[in-house]
Amino acid sequence: MSNNNSVKTPEAEAEAVQKPVKKKAVSRKDMSKLAWTLKEMKRNYVAYIMVAPFYIIFLLFTIIPVVLSFVLSFTSFNMLEWPKWIGMDNYTRLFLDDDIFILACQNTLIFASITGPISYLLSFVVAWFINELPPKVRAFVTLIFYAPSISGSVYMIWQVAFSGDSYGYVNGMLLKLELITDPIQWFQNENYVMPLCIVVALWTSLGTAFLSFIAGLQIVDRSLYEAGAVDGIKNRWQELWYVTLPYMKPQLMFGAILSITGSFGFGGIVTALCGFPSVNYKAHTITHHLDDYGGMRYEIGYASAIATILFAIMIGANVLVQKILSKVGQ
Amino acid sequence: MARKLRTRKHRVVLNRSAGGDAGISAFLIIVGLFMFLPMLYAILQSLKPLDELWVFPPKFWVEDPTLGNFVDLFRLMNTSWVPFSRYIFNTVLISVAGTFGNLVLASMAAYVLSKMTFPGRSLMFNLIVKSLMFHSTVGAISSFLIMSRLHFVDTYWAVIIPSWGSTLGLYLMKQFMDSSVSDAVLESARLDGASEFRCFYSIAMPMVKPAWLTMIVYSFQGLWNAGASIYIYSEELKTFNYAIGQILAGGIVRAGAGAASAVVMMIVPILVFVISQSNIIETMSSSGMKD
Repeated sequence: MSNNNSVKTPEAEAEAVQKPVKKKAVSRKDMSKLAWTLKEMKRNYVAYIMVAPFYIIFLLFTIIPVVLSFVLSFTSFNMLEWPKWIGMDNYTRLFLDDDIFILACQNTLIFASITGPISYLLSFVVAWFINELPPKVRAFVTLIFYAPSISGSVYMIWQVAFSGDSYGYVNGMLLKLELITDPIQWFQNENYVMPLCIVVALWTSLGTAFLSFIAGLQIVDRSLYEAGAVDGIKNRWQELWYVTLPYMKPQLMFGAILSITGSFGFGGIVTALCGFPSVNYKAHTITHHLDDYGGMRYEIGYASAIATILFAIMIGANVLVQKILSKVGQ
Repeated sequence: MARKLRTRKHRVVLNRSAGGDAGISAFLIIVGLFMFLPMLYAILQSLKPLDELWVFPPKFWVEDPTLGNFVDLFRLMNTSWVPFSRYIFNTVLISVAGTFGNLVLASMAAYVLSKMTFPGRSLMFNLIVKSLMFHSTVGAISSFLIMSRLHFVDTYWAVIIPSWGSTLGLYLMKQFMDSSVSDAVLESARLDGASEFRCFYSIAMPMVKPAWLTMIVYSFQGLWNAGASIYIYSEELKTFNYAIGQILAGGIVRAGAGAASAVVMMIVPILVFVISQSNIIETMSSSGMKD
């Protein structure tokens, strides 16, 4: 009994003290949610003023275009006359009548499902491997791996090396070794064009995600590795799975987004290397199909439907991968 | 089982085997060569005289290096229809104006999203994170419609203004502020009567210098490499990168100058990165995405 009392008394006292304070501070309960929100908005009006210049531009050139594309995808529009509402016609035409679009979808998925995961893994594995090098060496190695992604149109060197005449380095070597008798038109050949574009895309793909991984590995708490060793971690692979990866999860999420977005955006490189359209549409991606109808044929409604599908694929891929990554290290 | 404990300069490295080290080294060398050889080839090509560029069988190394291709490049620049200095001016103007505007607007917004609480904050930030998930080509056509309404088409604004709203720099700046600007300092400044703008300008900004530099580098790299924009038709508004592309398209006669131009284009971003690398890595350490 005495024990019970001694426990209850301080609780009761605390309640007695807290109750009046609570009522005074939380005036929120006295208002509707809307009124509270409006009051808070008024009190923080400076925040809106400071965020507005950026946000208006961001909405105008990033978000509104996507919404506008979605709306226009249900119309027929040629930029001269007012858009005409045609419902789902653009989509039925895309999936039922447009063989090249289906081909473009296949190519895009092949392209993205190879370059995305490989560039992501490569970024992580290289970052992980160079993590233990001395800082100066690491900085130099980082530069070597990162440089192709920031060097603008230097990827055109691949076209020089794989040039279709016998002066191209690769053809020259193969001819000299007598492996082939005639020079191969690498970027005009149905069999080679897609794999080559994938290789070049991978060459330029160690970008921001790679830097993010390098930084993330640097800040993993050293004592965790020691604790892990005490707990029976036997080799670097176990250490990676049980200590490093769970700790790096925020960086892994960020890197995944950039890799996925990048893997769908390689259209420019493909056009620069193999021209447009690529030989028999072998490297024709959704981005190219979009350019074709939007930039050349001015079928804006149809192009908007393509853009909307591409948008849905990108967001879908991101959501899926985020779900998978949330399981890492569990 | 005996666990290997080896010391590598000042610290103990756990759980490492010699076999693993060898495998990793081999992997790094192979991937490193894959990354480095094309860059080296680009540089060597630019140093080759014409007779070495068109020799069979082609050689990787240059035997008689010359700067003749760079001289050719500058000669070609002077014969172009629009004076070449104009292309360089355009690229510099677009890069500087775009980078400066992005730095000011995006860091102000980053401060607000990181350090102030107000209704709609998480919605605003989530939308920015979502925008990293899709490529800008998705909105290119509709952007064109919006730009023509605003009469931006075929002006510098068509490139400069959208770059002010680019989100990657803002995201990195906001994450960096979350972890390195202390709320207590801001709170005490607010109690002393400092306005939010003053808190942003005199307290938060000096604390996030690495993030500024990162934002500048990213914005600059994007704009420097900007080629032919679909929003600009006039020859005298086009960029250096576009002009370089035109030289490359000149074919066989210009192969040497083309190789030289590729080297000119890549040197600037690489130098910028070399100077800023440690700051960028510092910024990236807070780049992670918390659920």
